[in-house]
Amino acid sequence: MDDAILFSVILSLRVATISTVLIIVVGIPVAYFLARRDFFGKELIDVFFTLPLVLPPTVTGYYLVVLFGRNGTIGKLMYDWTGWSIMFTWYAAVLASFIVALPLMIKTTRAALESVDKSLIKASYTLGHTEFDTLVSVILPLAKRGIVAGSALSFARAMGEFGATLMLAGNLPGRTDTMPIAIYSRTSGGEWMTAQYMVILMTVLSGIFLYIANRYARRII
Amino acid sequence: MNGLQVNLQRRINGFALDIEWHIGNELAVLFGFSGAGKSMTLHLISGLMRPDKGRVSLDDVVYFDSDASIDLPPQKRPFGYVFQDLALFPHMTVWKNILYGGAFLAREEKLTAALDMIRAFKLGGLEERYPLEISGGQKQRVAIARALIRQPKLLLLDEPFSALDRPLRLEMRKFLREVRDQFNIPVLLVTHDFEEAEAISDKIIIYEHGRIAQIGSPEEVHRMPASLYVSGLLTQNSPIE
Repeated sequence: MDDAILFSVILSLRVATISTVLIIVVGIPVAYFLARRDFFGKELIDVFFTLPLVLPPTVTGYYLVVLFGRNGTIGKLMYDWTGWSIMFTWYAAVLASFIVALPLMIKTTRAALESVDKSLIKASYTLGHTEFDTLVSVILPLAKRGIVAGSALSFARAMGEFGATLMLAGNLPGRTDTMPIAIYSRTSGGEWMTAQYMVILMTVLSGIFLYIANRYARRII
Repeated sequence: MNGLQVNLQRRINGFALDIEWHIGNELAVLFGFSGAGKSMTLHLISGLMRPDKGRVSLDDVVYFDSDASIDLPPQKRPFGYVFQDLALFPHMTVWKNILYGGAFLAREEKLTAALDMIRAFKLGGLEERYPLEISGGQKQRVAIARALIRQPKLLLLDEPFSALDRPLRLEMRKFLREVRDQFNIPVLLVTHDFEEAEAISDKIIIYEHGRIAQIGSPEEVHRMPASLYVSGLLTQNSPIE
């Protein structure tokens, strides 16, 4: 395997792993609030988090550039404060993957949390356990399969992220070229053999993660 | 006043519950047909649902009082609750289910209490089994043991025997009487089976569409039914709606 390909594989795995960890940390609490609390505007919040699932990645990418670009709402503050911009770094690839793959985690986890029998939760309360205790000891263990399935799906989606990543992180060989971006470059440059090699690798890896997601998802239904 | 003193008002989806009663240190039965407000009453007493107005006290300790803005969460009410579907945690063994009920006892005390429960409820040998691997009667006993391990001051049961076949139901009734005598706390059992209500209770509280139709001992209810509705129950006819 040539060094450039190896770099792209490792970068893709690193980006997908870090964004999946962030997705788990953010996705579970958001899914929990959507599943267990009733409040005004709840479904609007769900729509807000789910939009990246249906919007073209270029639209999501556009919003992210507007927010995190050097002159963006948040990006300008960050640049003025630290002199650093996330644009055209591999962190931007993490951010793009995180935003695009988060809805898969929230949707799957919310469904799994909602499927936990309400009387088990009530029983836990009447046995003296707080809401947090109940979440850790009863709800999460019973929703575990959905959470694993959601994480595997998110990982696969993060690995395959292209559009928003290209807009935010650019296509800098040896710096931000994740596998999907490297495949695009190689194909455009006529390097068919290398592209084919990466396409097969990408397909196999994504297939494995989808298989894991399916195995777990099937058992929760 | 000793015992459980309840005054509850709650409106929900066109249904209105408005009741007031008291039970002492006895086994009382809350009787009525489906939709009369029995399970809702248990939810309101235990704090799982909030009354619009009213008061809940046990042995002069107030757990809810709308006028005084007192509303203790279910975790702070020392009431054992056995749910209709028993609500045993499917991912925990019998032993862990029982221990979960005693999580707030000191470690040594908790283990001793759990062992006592296993013995008292004849669950020896089933400790490592999961709820799916034990019989209906055994599940009932685990649910009651789990509710009692932290030594509640009141036991609430929501039709726990309705899914059992008749011989087992009779056995569980007898067992519940023994449990009440042993733990010596007020027990409130919800049922829609009048025969069960008569057979087991010291006091029957009869509900009719969210209101009280009659309160009395099984003999009193038999001797002097307060209304056509109640006398309809005695003959096991469904009352005219």
